[in-house]
Amino acid sequence: MNVYQEELLDHYENPSNYGTLPRCTISHEEDNPVCGDQIRLDLIVEDDIITKVRFSGHGCTISIAAASMLTEEIKGKSLTEVKKLSRDNILDMIGIPLGPVRIKCALLALKVLKAGAYGIKGWPGEEK
Amino acid sequence: MDTSQFRPLDVERIREDFPIFATTPPLAFLDNAASTQTPRPVVEAMDAYYDTYRSNIHRGIYRISEEATAQYETAREKVAQLINAPRARQIIFTRNTTESINLVAYSWGSANIQEGDEIVLTVMEHHSNLVPWQLLAQRTGAVLRFMEITDEGLLDFTQLQDLLTEKTKLVAIGHVSNVLGTINPIQSVITAAHAVGAKVVVDAAQSVPHFQVDVQQLDCDFLAFSGHKMCGPTGIGVLYGKLELLEEMPPFLGGGSMIRSVERDVSSYAELPAKFEAGTPSIAEAIGLGHAADYITHANLAALQVHEQELLKYAHNRLQEIEGITLYGPSSPHQKAGVISFNIEGVHPHDVAGVLDTHGIAIRAGHHCAQPLMKRLDVIATVRASFYLYNTIEEVDRLYEGLCRTQKLMIRNQRRSVG
Repeated sequence: MNVYQEELLDHYENPSNYGTLPRCTISHEEDNPVCGDQIRLDLIVEDDIITKVRFSGHGCTISIAAASMLTEEIKGKSLTEVKKLSRDNILDMIGIPLGPVRIKCALLALKVLKAGAYGIKGWPGEEK
Repeated sequence: MDTSQFRPLDVERIREDFPIFATTPPLAFLDNAASTQTPRPVVEAMDAYYDTYRSNIHRGIYRISEEATAQYETAREKVAQLINAPRARQIIFTRNTTESINLVAYSWGSANIQEGDEIVLTVMEHHSNLVPWQLLAQRTGAVLRFMEITDEGLLDFTQLQDLLTEKTKLVAIGHVSNVLGTINPIQSVITAAHAVGAKVVVDAAQSVPHFQVDVQQLDCDFLAFSGHKMCGPTGIGVLYGKLELLEEMPPFLGGGSMIRSVERDVSSYAELPAKFEAGTPSIAEAIGLGHAADYITHANLAALQVHEQELLKYAHNRLQEIEGITLYGPSSPHQKAGVISFNIEGVHPHDVAGVLDTHGIAIRAGHHCAQPLMKRLDVIATVRASFYLYNTIEEVDRLYEGLCRTQKLMIRNQRRSVG
């Protein structure tokens, strides 16, 4: 299985919902201290529904592709529903086996979402 | 270098000593600046301890404990010989370079550094030779000052005269940069530091494994390195210090072994080196390190250096053929040890490492525990390949081919997205 599947490379090259939202409800940014990758998520939430989402930052194929897929996944859904998204959901989206270091790349965007929207600290799957 | 005794490395023969190359093909291990592989004689020496004379050292009144003590102290002598330390008791066993530097920062630092004193470092230091001094400065009110580097990754010597003043109490400098591979002219730095009365700590983690380091010739005050970067096991490191400094210094960690006598409220301390080796040490690992010192000495450090230079020169030429590559550090391999750091335009270092891994090539991508240097180079991370005595030209070719494939993968993708 190749880490660099076409679908991931497509997301990396042409990420969905890339950019920022100047007047957003929630804006949060975090980095991965291991590699310096940085992801920011901007959300506009109306009546608990995520009506707009943008992400920005820099990172490797996995972290950018995961952020891109995450924005597609959460757009139009309710914050309540999105709160259930887990580490395994993201790894399923990525769809290829990842080692422990690369798993953090995949989970960075979800970590940003959890911290920004729900105040949940820590890596998804390892929260206190 | 003593050319009369020079014989080139027999790399084929050397590779046979490292079971990992047979058990884990097609591994091209190019992350030696992080940690090296372990040859059979080192593992066998540690096995022999566990299988035939496993016991604690120094206190046992029975044969196998005496044997363990003798082997542990023999290892100390071998390490002393490796760096030409005058006496074995100037060799303190620690866990690693980081612990050695922390020992100096806590023990010597607390006794000698006061508010307003200055500690001079370089921007290319590994965090292990930076954070302990930040902590010391925070405890004491001392000030950290930094030697900058040129765009080529060499120390900027024009600053040295301004940096070194009567306020300078300590200079802490890496012998070889773990990112750029730059061999720093520490002899000149030591002479200049001593001229203003400052002491010098050398982080030799990337030099002792790769070429002959002579602490008496350098006249450094302290020198630190790790076993695991020189064919030894993890969990064992070395601090060398000048005798009069080590003798004056207060203990670092308190506990068993480091005492002479203990009352309820006060203790007196053991002589060197026990004063700085509280608790049961890493006995097997120290014995392993002694054999690692034998191993690289027997391979011949001068030949090892020549071999790494050849690999480095070849890698420099080969990698420069790649369009969009930026090499960091000195352009002349002669100013470098076997480390080559680079980035390929448009490709994240982690992706380079990820694709190379699928081809069995182990390299490092990241900030290499040198974040201030990353900032100076204006990069978030780099890709780093680093060599040791068992690496081959063929592995450098595989690195080159892997990088070309990585680039093709990404560029094909870029072309498609544009079209």
